[in-house]
Amino acid sequence: MANASCNAKPSLDSVPGVTPSHGQPLWLLAELTYKCPLQCPYCSNPLDFAAHSNELTTDEWIEVFRQGRELGAVQLGFSGGEPLVRQDLVELIGAARELGYYTNLITSGVGLNERKVAEFRQAGLDHIQVSFQASDEEVNNMLAGSKKAFQQKLKMAREVKAQGYPMVLNFVTHRHNIDQIDRIIELCVELEADFVELATCQYYGWGYENRDQLLPTRAQLERAERITNEYREKLAAEGNPIKLIFVTPDYYEERPKGCMNGWGQVFLTVTPDGTALPCHSARMLPVEFPNVREGSLSYIWNESFGFNKFRGYDWMKEPCRSCDEKEKDFGGCRCQAYMMTGDATNADPVCGKSPHHHKIVEARDSAETPVEGEFIYRNERNSRVFFRSE
Amino acid sequence: MITEASLNSVPGISAMYRFQWEQAQNCYVLLYPEGMIKLNGPAGEILALIDGDRSIIEIVALLKEKFDGAEGIEGDVIEFMQDAENQNWISLQA
Ligand SMILES: C[S@@+](CC[C@H](N)C(=O)[O-])C[C@H]1O[C@@H](n2cnc3c(N)ncnc32)[C@H](O)[C@@H]1O
Ligand code: SF4
Ligand code: SF4
Repeated sequence: MANASCNAKPSLDSVPGVTPSHGQPLWLLAELTYKCPLQCPYCSNPLDFAAHSNELTTDEWIEVFRQGRELGAVQLGFSGGEPLVRQDLVELIGAARELGYYTNLITSGVGLNERKVAEFRQAGLDHIQVSFQASDEEVNNMLAGSKKAFQQKLKMAREVKAQGYPMVLNFVTHRHNIDQIDRIIELCVELEADFVELATCQYYGWGYENRDQLLPTRAQLERAERITNEYREKLAAEGNPIKLIFVTPDYYEERPKGCMNGWGQVFLTVTPDGTALPCHSARMLPVEFPNVREGSLSYIWNESFGFNKFRGYDWMKEPCRSCDEKEKDFGGCRCQAYMMTGDATNADPVCGKSPHHHKIVEARDSAETPVEGEFIYRNERNSRVFFRSE
Repeated sequence: MITEASLNSVPGISAMYRFQWEQAQNCYVLLYPEGMIKLNGPAGEILALIDGDRSIIEIVALLKEKFDGAEGIEGDVIEFMQDAENQNWISLQA
């Protein structure tokens, strides 16, 4: 049967981006390992990552990729932790590419070198995303918890472009780097990025623990957005094809984000130990999630308890249940609801209609009068503290 | 660089995109970092004939061969190639 969008006159107004129309897991995120040489305090990884070190083998991963492709997955992200830590990465890339995936390597650049960039290319890697912590070397290295990180990232970003890959540069922005947004953009232009993700920090995992040290003020955000818009105009006028993506910060909104395009609609994350999640943060929820070692991906996606838990609208409570906006935002983020209200079936407190919205307002208020404290860095030692205390 | 599309221009798929048939979507798609553009039937058939070597006139001839009665499509194909170049999906050699 022909797909309606695949007929008619040649035109460009086909479907942009990834659409949830088929309810297929179009996006498969493979978190290969939680090991990482850096220690970013904003990291969205789970606090107790050190408790999940029983990693899938090469063959187990390739079987996940095969089954994902059968379910319709087309984009495959290699992430983590730091995916470069896996010694079999080149093999995994080759297998994924052979299956027909568009393969994305999401990396801090630490552990990369010229030879690997070339080997990955040969194995069929399509795109590399390199993350930076800041445009300033000192701030970058302070956040990464590594003295060599910044120079290494610069070198690798240049290498990625020299070897002909499309390149995305990712900057997680927060109180400590957002005022340098102009320098961040200029660095990305200099490095010839194709896309720039100015990713306003999302407060999950370590980021949530460190939120009071990270959340920028409204004035900081508004300034950053204005400067980004000015650069967009200026760069477009110069004929520069670089695309600046400004990820909107939900803490300063009155309606939540349509999280993951809906629970179990487009995204499928497989974590290092094989636990499958509808989003990369969901592990924190008091919900039983399936493991690829125990069931097929088709069972996991279509039938498992965890993936059906928040599909549709039946699970909702008020104010979402009778709200006419529920098809737009699906009640927001389940993790945010759980973290801030203690009940994952509540409305995301970002929503102005939520009875818990004051928690967001309080976080905004305390961003105005920050108390200087210490970061809790994301590393094995600190992680063990979190899983012991559970 | 934007080149004006003519029957003699030679189109190539941009390095930013990968073009392929996608069985699960039942159509041709263009893939790029973390994204996918689904192509309608004719757009997919045209892009499928781009190999970096064929000129637009050669592509038109192949389309006429493949689809009976595809007369007078030169204008549509040129217009599409121009749009596709403006979107950065393809580049054109004069
Ligand atoms: C968890 S990291 C794993 C890959 C690799 N270690 C890296 O940092 O690039 C995946 C992506 O998420 C981004 N990221 C991490 N924590 C985030 C947060 N709290 N909010 C938004 N993006 C975040 C990183 O910058 C990176 O681009
Ligand atoms: S965000 Fe930082 S700490 Fe987290 S996985 Fe990536 S590089 Fe490691
Ligand atoms: S009440 Fe619920 S469904 Fe309505 S806008 Fe708020 S979060 Fe969305």
